[in-house]
Amino acid sequence: MSDAPSVKVFVPVDAAALSVGAEAVAKAVAREAEARGLSVEIIRNGTRGMLWLEPLVEVETPDGRIAYGPVATGDVAGLFDSGFLSGAAHELNLGKTEELDWMKRQQRVTFERIGVTDPLSLSDYRTYDGLKGLQKALSLTGAEIVETVRASGLRGRGGAGFPTGIKWKTVHDAQAEQKYIVCNADEGDSGTFADRMLMEGDPFLLIEGMTIAAVAVGATRGYIYLRSEYPHAHKALSRAILKAENAGLLGDSVLGTNHAFHLEVRLGAGAYICGEETSLLESLEGKRAIVRAKPPIPALKGLFAKPTIVNNVLSFAAVPWILQHGAQAYADYGMGRSRGTLPVQLGGNIKRGGLVELAFGISLREIIEDLGGGTLSGRPIRAVQVGGPLGAYLTAGQLDVAMDYEALASIKAMLGHGGIVVFDDTVDMARQARFAFEFCAKESCGKCTPCRIGATRGVETMDRIIAGHERPKNIAVLRDLNKLMTDASLCAMGGLTPMPVMSALNHFAEDFDRPVLPLAAE
Amino acid sequence: MVRYPAWDQDEARSIVSGLSHLEGATLPILHALQEEFGYVDPQIVPVIAYALNLSRAEIHGAISFYHDFKTSPAPRRVIKLCRAEACQALGCETMVDHLARDHGIDVGALAHSHDVAIETVYCLGNCALGPAALVDGELIGRLDADLLAALCSHHGADA
Repeated sequence: MSDAPSVKVFVPVDAAALSVGAEAVAKAVAREAEARGLSVEIIRNGTRGMLWLEPLVEVETPDGRIAYGPVATGDVAGLFDSGFLSGAAHELNLGKTEELDWMKRQQRVTFERIGVTDPLSLSDYRTYDGLKGLQKALSLTGAEIVETVRASGLRGRGGAGFPTGIKWKTVHDAQAEQKYIVCNADEGDSGTFADRMLMEGDPFLLIEGMTIAAVAVGATRGYIYLRSEYPHAHKALSRAILKAENAGLLGDSVLGTNHAFHLEVRLGAGAYICGEETSLLESLEGKRAIVRAKPPIPALKGLFAKPTIVNNVLSFAAVPWILQHGAQAYADYGMGRSRGTLPVQLGGNIKRGGLVELAFGISLREIIEDLGGGTLSGRPIRAVQVGGPLGAYLTAGQLDVAMDYEALASIKAMLGHGGIVVFDDTVDMARQARFAFEFCAKESCGKCTPCRIGATRGVETMDRIIAGHERPKNIAVLRDLNKLMTDASLCAMGGLTPMPVMSALNHFAEDFDRPVLPLAAE
Repeated sequence: MVRYPAWDQDEARSIVSGLSHLEGATLPILHALQEEFGYVDPQIVPVIAYALNLSRAEIHGAISFYHDFKTSPAPRRVIKLCRAEACQALGCETMVDHLARDHGIDVGALAHSHDVAIETVYCLGNCALGPAALVDGELIGRLDADLLAALCSHHGADA
C-alpha cells in the first residue's frame, strides 16, 4: 500500500442494490485495488434511489462525487484502467451524482442523507445534521413539540393521511403510567419500498424520530414492528439501535436528560394485515393479528391497552427535520391540505424505477414519463396502480392527476404509501381484479364477514366472468358485492379491496368481456 | 443452503425460557425457535403456553395464523417468490406457469424430494427491479425463468 490518502469509493448496501450484484462489485473493487497497490476506502452507503442504475458506484473527488453505473463485476478492472478513482471518463461515467437530472428534480428532505452517508455511522449521521431535531426537542416542552408537528401539517404517511400532530396530542394529553411509541414498519404494499430504503439507508433517522415522539408524549418504551420480508432492514435497525444505546441516545437517559426511551425491533411473520394498526398491536402483544374494533382508538388504548402512538416509518422520519427547521419550513412544501414532501416509489414495468422525494402536487404523468421513462418493455402504458394492492388502477389517460391526497380521492383513487406500479398493454385487468380478491382472501384476518366471505365470493365471481358464464348477471353480483364490502367491512382490507376491482371494471370494461380462451388454465 | 440441527426439546426449552420475560413474547419465541431449527415443533406448544401463562390454544392459534411459521422440518433451500402486482407487471406469473409446465414444479408445494421449497410472498420491497425472490435470505432482482429453474434444481450443489 502506498502512503497516498485513500480514495473513498461508495458501493450501496441497500437490498435492491444487493439484488443486482452490489456485494460482488464491492468485493471486486477491493480485490482490484489491492492487486494494483492502490489505497481505497470502500464505504457501503444506502441507495440514491436511482435503482435502475444499481449497482451505482460513486468515487469521491475534489469536485464532488462522481457516479458510475450500472456496474457489473466485469466492468471493475476497466474502471480502474481508465482511472475512475480520480473520476475519469468511462462509458459508465454518469457525471456528478448531485447533478443528475433525477437528483436535481427532487426536494430531498426526509431522504437527504440516504445514499450520501454510511447508514451505520453515527458520526456520519451527526456530521450531516443528525440529532439536531432531537436536541431542539429536548429544549422544548412536550406540548411545544406536539404543536410544532401539528403546525407542520404532517399527515400520516402510511396511507390514511391522518394528521400526525393530532394523534400525538391525544397521547400527550392521556394520563397513564406507561405509554408506548410504535412504528408501523410492516410496509406490505406492492410497489412501495420507501420504508425499507429508509430503514436500511438511514436507520438513525427513524430512531431519532421515534425518540422525539417519546419525549413529546412521555413514553418510555417503543417498538418497531418490521415485516419479516425485510431481513436487510432488520439487520440494519438492530445494529443501529445497539449503537444508539452505546452512544447514550437510547436507554435510561436520552442524551443525558431525564427522559428514558427503550427501543426494540420486533419481526412480523408474513401477515399483510399487520399493516393495519390495531392488528399490528395484537401481533405485538403476541396474539393472532385480528383487527380490533375502534373505538377505543390506539392513541388512548393501544399496546397492552396503554396510550400509544402508532405511526408509519416515513411519518416518524419526517419529524427530526421539522423540529430542526421549523414547522413552517416543512409546510412551505406541498399544496392544499397535503403539506411537505412525499417519497414516491416507481416500480413494476418501468424503465427507470426508484424513489423520488417531491413536494406534493407533481402529476403522475411527469413522474412516470419524464422521470421513469415509460415502460421497461417499451410497450405502451395501459394501467397504473397507485397506493398498493388496495389502490385504484388508473388508465393512461388519467395520469395528469396530481399526486396529493385530495386530488387522487376526487377520482376515486388513493395515494396510500406513495407507490406507483406501471403495467404495459399486455395486462389483463380482469385477472388483476381477480387477484385483488384472491389477495384479500389470503390475507384477511377473518374477523368480519364481508371481508372473510366476500373476498372468496369475489374470486368465484371473477372466475365465472373470466370463463364467460352469464357475464351481465355476474357483473351485477360483482358490483353488489363490492358495495357491501366497502360499506360493511371493519377495516381497510375488506373496505378497500373493491377499489382496484371497481376501477378495473369501470376503466377497463373491455377486459371483462374478452372472448373465452379454449381450455383456460384455471 | 441452510442446514438446521434436528429438533432438540431441551434446547428449545432453554430458548423459550430465555425470551419469556419479554412483553408479548410469543412471536419472538416462535421466530427464535424457527431460526434455530428451521421450524416450530408442535411439542413445544405446551412449554410456551406454560412459560407465558397462556393457553395452548393461544399459542397454536398464533403459529397457525402467520404464514411464516412452519410446523415441519424445513427444506434445505427456501425460495420466496414475489407474486405481488409490481412483479406481476414484469411477468412473475408467466414464470410460475413455466416452472409448472417445463419443470413440473408447483409453487407452494415441496419440490425435489423436500430439498427445495418455493413459496409465494407478496412484496419483497424490490419493486423497481422485479421480478424478485428471496433465496435463503438473499434478495435477487431481475429474476427470469431460467435462473428461477436453476435455483430450484440446484439442490445441494452450492453453499
